[in-house]
Amino acid sequence: MSSPLTRENVAKVAVLARLNLTEAEVDRYTEQLAAVLGHAEDLASLDLDDIEPTAHPLPLVNVLRDDVVTPGADRDEVLSQAPSVEDRRFRVPAILGEEP
Amino acid sequence: MNLTHEPIEGEHFVIQSETTGDQWEIVVGLEVHCELATATKLFCGCPNMFGDEPNTNVCPVCLGLPGSLPVLNRNVVELAMRLGRALRCSVEPSVFARKNYFYPDMPKDYQVSQFDQPINIDGWLDLPDGTRVGIERAHIEEDTGKNSHSGGSGRIHGADYSLVDYNRAGVPLVEIVGRPHIRHPEQAKTYIDELRAILLATGASDAKMEEGSLRVDANVSVRHVGDPELGTRCEVKNLNSLRSLGRAIEYEARRQVDLLETGERIKQETRHWDEGAGRTRDGRSKEEAEDYRYFQEPDLVPLVPSAEWIAAIDAAMPKLPAARRVALSAASGVSPTDPAVVIGVQRNLDALALAAIAAGGDGRRVLTHVEHNLAIDGAETLDASAFAQLVGLEIAGQLTATQAKTVLTEMVSSGRTPDVIAAELGFEAMDVNELEAVIDAIIAECPEEWADFCSGDEKKRGKLQGFFTGKVMKVTKGQADGKSVAEILGRRSA
Amino acid sequence: MSVPSTAIEIAAAVRSGELSAVEVLEVHLARIDEREEEINAFNLVLADKARSTAKAIDARVAAGEDPGVLAGVPLALKDNLCTHGIPTTCSSRILEGWRPPYDATVVQRVAVAGAVSIGKTNLDEFAMGSSTENSAFGPTRNPRDPERVPGGSSGGSAAAVAAGFAPLSLGSDTGGSIRQPAALCGVVGVKPTYGMVSRYGLIAFASSLDQIGPFSTTVADSALLLEAIAGHDARDSTSIDQPAPSLLESLGEGVSGLRIGLVTELMGEGIAPDVAARVRQAAAALEAAGATITEVSVPAASYGLSAYYLIAPAEASSNLARYDGVRYGMRVDAPTTAEMNAATRTAGFGDEVKRRIMLGTYALSAGYYDAYYGKALKVRTLIMRDFETAYTNVDLLLAPTSPTTAFKFGDKTADPLSMYLNDICTIPSNLAGHPAMSLPFGGGADGMPIGVQLLAPALAEATMFRAAAVLEAAAPALDEVWS
Repeated sequence: MSSPLTRENVAKVAVLARLNLTEAEVDRYTEQLAAVLGHAEDLASLDLDDIEPTAHPLPLVNVLRDDVVTPGADRDEVLSQAPSVEDRRFRVPAILGEEP
Repeated sequence: MNLTHEPIEGEHFVIQSETTGDQWEIVVGLEVHCELATATKLFCGCPNMFGDEPNTNVCPVCLGLPGSLPVLNRNVVELAMRLGRALRCSVEPSVFARKNYFYPDMPKDYQVSQFDQPINIDGWLDLPDGTRVGIERAHIEEDTGKNSHSGGSGRIHGADYSLVDYNRAGVPLVEIVGRPHIRHPEQAKTYIDELRAILLATGASDAKMEEGSLRVDANVSVRHVGDPELGTRCEVKNLNSLRSLGRAIEYEARRQVDLLETGERIKQETRHWDEGAGRTRDGRSKEEAEDYRYFQEPDLVPLVPSAEWIAAIDAAMPKLPAARRVALSAASGVSPTDPAVVIGVQRNLDALALAAIAAGGDGRRVLTHVEHNLAIDGAETLDASAFAQLVGLEIAGQLTATQAKTVLTEMVSSGRTPDVIAAELGFEAMDVNELEAVIDAIIAECPEEWADFCSGDEKKRGKLQGFFTGKVMKVTKGQADGKSVAEILGRRSA
Repeated sequence: MSVPSTAIEIAAAVRSGELSAVEVLEVHLARIDEREEEINAFNLVLADKARSTAKAIDARVAAGEDPGVLAGVPLALKDNLCTHGIPTTCSSRILEGWRPPYDATVVQRVAVAGAVSIGKTNLDEFAMGSSTENSAFGPTRNPRDPERVPGGSSGGSAAAVAAGFAPLSLGSDTGGSIRQPAALCGVVGVKPTYGMVSRYGLIAFASSLDQIGPFSTTVADSALLLEAIAGHDARDSTSIDQPAPSLLESLGEGVSGLRIGLVTELMGEGIAPDVAARVRQAAAALEAAGATITEVSVPAASYGLSAYYLIAPAEASSNLARYDGVRYGMRVDAPTTAEMNAATRTAGFGDEVKRRIMLGTYALSAGYYDAYYGKALKVRTLIMRDFETAYTNVDLLLAPTSPTTAFKFGDKTADPLSMYLNDICTIPSNLAGHPAMSLPFGGGADGMPIGVQLLAPALAEATMFRAAAVLEAAAPALDEVWS
């Protein structure tokens, strides 16, 4: 089906997912994820060429709402749950890099 | 940076190298994000409002709180389709997709957008100069919140920390992706002007670059004139005005030509326009290229607009700028690419102009006024038949061009008719007999000059024409019409 | 003081004034006092709030009002359901202490129906697991045998009902997380048709699979609760545009004339002999009641596990990205936001959550989408088709719920794949979006409960419940010796 999972794959994926892994963890997760993906190799025996993917089990379409204002959240309540607030905004450390 | 490359062609912006003599052309594709003019956000009922107190237009949905779910705003679909049809796109069944990346102005750390099945595809936009710019797609997506940067220089680089306001998170956007058919910085600006006019005409957006409801990114590449292959492009961001757009395209094109001429390759990247320094800068290099891992948004269902809905949008489509230019051109006899026609439509004065022409006003004259004399508040309230009457007075020689302008301004501010205003200002045309009498008197006073005037010497005649006209104007206090004076002098000297 | 054990009886007694909601509540709180330390079903017991709710219900009854069909019934809520102002943690450190500013739709609906929310129950962290051993706040123990797991991920909700802490509870089911713990604890657990119950306020694990559903000791009680929470919700775009189904009305109609199929692929070698035997015993009971039993093949069901462990983690990796330390929950400080995100998530997420996030990220990543996630979506299509074919010949399907009875703590934690295999019987219904339920049907060789599973096509809950009622009446007692 696909090339086997490597340590490099896992390390890269950890960065994408914003997770810090120790070297030992990279090893362990590589082994465990490879086992799951190995099990999933059973899908390779299926002939899926003419099959459409189903993203969703429900045959619904066109669920829309009217363009009407509804009550929102209380700002104080929301900000009270935030780790760090300044000037009624959420405060975060320095952002490196521009918005993608 | 070698600044001696000069453009040598008008329609295409061609850079000719002094060193090699090579001719390079610019290829530009524009990506435009417009905020839709809906009452509420894309997926929730929070107000879609600019400028409110931070974090007051928020709810669990647009904050992406755990457990929240999106519900699509019907009016977003309406406006997106209006925009798509105005851009001659085909409206398709579409789905939403998640674009996954981490950034603090994104409440869910993914943006709901459209990826491989967007709502509008394969349209075009005709520019006043006749160029047809292809539109690849115009899809719906949600806006992010806003970061402001504190400490350091106030810009993102060097800031100690940032503050995030989510009022804008979830505001509905349409991203319009234009094909790389633009060849000149001025053309890029015209494209944006034209797009803005369409956005306003359809009511889809108020399209204000300064308020951020219209955002433009430019993809710029260069190639040798005649080369059919596209060069490597760079995306330029942070263009906050039309002026920046034009300057940035030119700068970036020259930068790329410079690099290529020294044998270097263009690195495909995102660059930022620095208005103060007048240059593009490379973006902070990211350690990892972003992998957005697009997949279909499982919290939303597909969008399949009915044929009836699309037909209703088509039926209600207002006349768009290109069609309005054609109509004004046909009525006035002036070319649709003439600045007077373009400006007339831009200023929404074409309806007035058409009515004035229908009321008997001379087309060329009407448009000249529209172009030069009606950039004033309330111009559109001008009465069409009064306008036609004014133009008639001009054509008949009863008002000079300067007088007509004054009368017109007064007509707009007071709403009164031209004859009344002209009389009040003493602009009434002189009686022809009166004028002839004045001219005869002057001729009698200046026999020698008159003899020279009639002598047949063209040079003398030319000089004395001014002499006699000046005398007439002095006596009549400027009320004589120049053309009539010339005509009478001509008759008398025949 | 004794109170009735079923919600239907309690609600009737409270509404008629025979019993007070306060009395009912105190009985259940006393049971919690007695055994909760051992069982650890709850992350949070809401004693004070429950008391004031119960008092208010009694006042309404005294004033001649009807508080609703769940009047005075203590009800436990899985701690991934948002409760306004009340900590909702998903049994994760990263949400420890977070108080949602809103209620989930189901929380609102049970309150409107007069239920008394008695506590937030423990779960595998972010609903990822089959044993509740992945909770950051300690495991829940199986009330039948505290050395064994209650199942997962809704282990706390299942145990609360099994231990008598509440007649009703709500859980969520993504790959079997209601049905499997129901089977292991010996209670009734139902996963409705996808879209039947609003997900608004359910903290998402895998959006195209998650559904909220009831736990109870009787089939009728689950019908009562499902009627109260089901039905269209405008705040959930994936909510079916229909009102709640009527289930109680037809509950006693029996199975005469119904065709019921035993799923071949789910009775294979992975299933423990005692479990398989109980399923056959259930089939016989249905036959005796007038149903026709056949064997039916749903070939793609064998591939459900693989497809599920690509689709669910993929969606989860995206759903859990928002836990970044910016707006709520835990934050571990760092000089830059990206570092802060990573430090927070590394400290805040447990092992299984990290594993699934990475698996899901990988399955979606550039170059691998087609091979993994894309492929799994096609397998989903096959599974739905095979079910559709099966249902042209039968009205319902019968299968085990869990391959084994409740296992001991630590038995399956060393090898994640061995834990995932617990879900082989339950996963296909989630992928297809079909309803399914587990009900107790005797015990296993080790004396632990066994659940049998009924599967139905979309929106066929009423039929499914009818068959469940028949099986309930015919079910062997737990301590009846297995042979």
